[in-house]
Amino acid sequence: MLKLPIYLDYSATTPVDPRVADKMIPYLVEKFGNPASRSHAFGWETETAVEEARAEVAKLVNADPKEIVWTSGATESNNLALKGAANFYAGKGKHLVTVKTEHKAVLDTCRELERLGFEVTYLDVKEDGLLDLEVFKAALRPDTIVVSVMLVNNEIGVIQPIAEIGEICRAKGIVLHVDAAQATGKVAIDLTALKVDLMSFSAHKTYGPKGVGALYVRRKPRIRLAAQMHGGGHERGFRSGTLATHQIVGMGEAFRLARLEMGAENERVRMLRDRLLKGLSDIEHVYVNGDMEQRVPHNLNISFAYVEGESLLMAIKDLAVSSGSACTSASLEPSYVLRALGREDELAHSSIRFTLGRFTTEEEVDYAIRLLHDKIGRLRELSPLWEMVQEGVDLSTVQWAAH
Amino acid sequence: MAYSVKVLDHYENPRNVGSFGNEEEGVATGMVGAPACGDVMKLQIKVGKGGVIEDAKFKTYGCGSAIASSSLVTEWVKGKTVEQALDIKNTQIAEELALPPVKIHCSILAEDAIKAAVADYKKKHAEQAVP
Repeated sequence: MLKLPIYLDYSATTPVDPRVADKMIPYLVEKFGNPASRSHAFGWETETAVEEARAEVAKLVNADPKEIVWTSGATESNNLALKGAANFYAGKGKHLVTVKTEHKAVLDTCRELERLGFEVTYLDVKEDGLLDLEVFKAALRPDTIVVSVMLVNNEIGVIQPIAEIGEICRAKGIVLHVDAAQATGKVAIDLTALKVDLMSFSAHKTYGPKGVGALYVRRKPRIRLAAQMHGGGHERGFRSGTLATHQIVGMGEAFRLARLEMGAENERVRMLRDRLLKGLSDIEHVYVNGDMEQRVPHNLNISFAYVEGESLLMAIKDLAVSSGSACTSASLEPSYVLRALGREDELAHSSIRFTLGRFTTEEEVDYAIRLLHDKIGRLRELSPLWEMVQEGVDLSTVQWAAH
Repeated sequence: MAYSVKVLDHYENPRNVGSFGNEEEGVATGMVGAPACGDVMKLQIKVGKGGVIEDAKFKTYGCGSAIASSSLVTEWVKGKTVEQALDIKNTQIAEELALPPVKIHCSILAEDAIKAAVADYKKKHAEQAVP
């Protein structure tokens, strides 16, 4: 039986895998000790659990467990990485480089660094959402100290060329931070091969609990950070605060499952995603946003031209999806990511992000395809833009009464 | 976002969707908004003897509140003279549909659509009257 609404927003968050939840629960009531308590068995027990989880997180990305620092999530990891590295290396220079399509947790942290006297270059991407390496190289300066580029984009799912970016940065002695919140369990990450110095992780995008994440901090060559959270000196001074054992155990189990199952899971999800794309591609004027090759298998971001995103979301309320249009926020700004791709406004306002996952079924995908066919047709009947296009009017030549 | 019952009703069952031929007797068109802003409204009125609006149709590209505002306006203008139609204010539309503050611009756009349609009518009417 099909249960409505259908969840197709796995990039916003994922449910905790029941196997993960089972593993977490004992650490709330029975095994409640503070992992920092060195004087009794309550602490020893949870310290062991925390270190096992750390080893699992490290194993997924082929790192040393000593390189993993627990945080409250990828937003905190991004803050710690960027502010921590910028502050520590400020003596070498004051310039950072990032990309316009980064997550707000990176962009807003960069804005804050600008207020503190740093200079940040925000690079454009190509039409397919990928960073042009020549543009990237040209942006680096002798005083560039930190570069931040995400591995997988949260809106359009494209995979940035991190390996090449790492080589370029390492050759110039620039610290490279990578936000990998959307990447774990979706793309293989090998930190012994990648020349990445700092990498942010989140548990809840990979079937773990919300409220926990990690920052990878490379030991060879050693990367230094100025701590942003001060206190008891936990996590070797990088991040003070009592460790949330149950959350950490959950993240460890979620990342262990991701390592074991990602091969099979990605193939299954890719098949469903391609089925969705195929099912929608016979609708006229449908455009995929972002490159389809360099892309994670679970993401499909589509613009349905001449239909406004928010009204489409309203029409397909049986589907839990995201719209690129931020119409609800009074700003009436379409997605800044799609803007950065150079999409026309009427396409940027008409985008829907479908993200599939571990619990998505073929039946759900087929339901979504039928619903969209039906509703797109109805909304286009209502759309003056659609009518004009049918009459052969070129919308770019129309003098709009902007308001 | 939670929509009011009236917005949902107009969105699910929009009144008077469609277009008149621009050459039809007494038809005037108001098109307001821009794709860049995320909403475009086209309101058409069919004006009969004595300047009375006999029929109205709309098409709207925009959010649910924009669709509901324009649907409502087509109901309200019918039977009014063009001068009376100009008395419809965005505040009345917003109140009727219980629009939240972030959606007030939808009602403003609907009011603008009426003004634009009436202006188009007057322009055409003047052209016809002169010779």
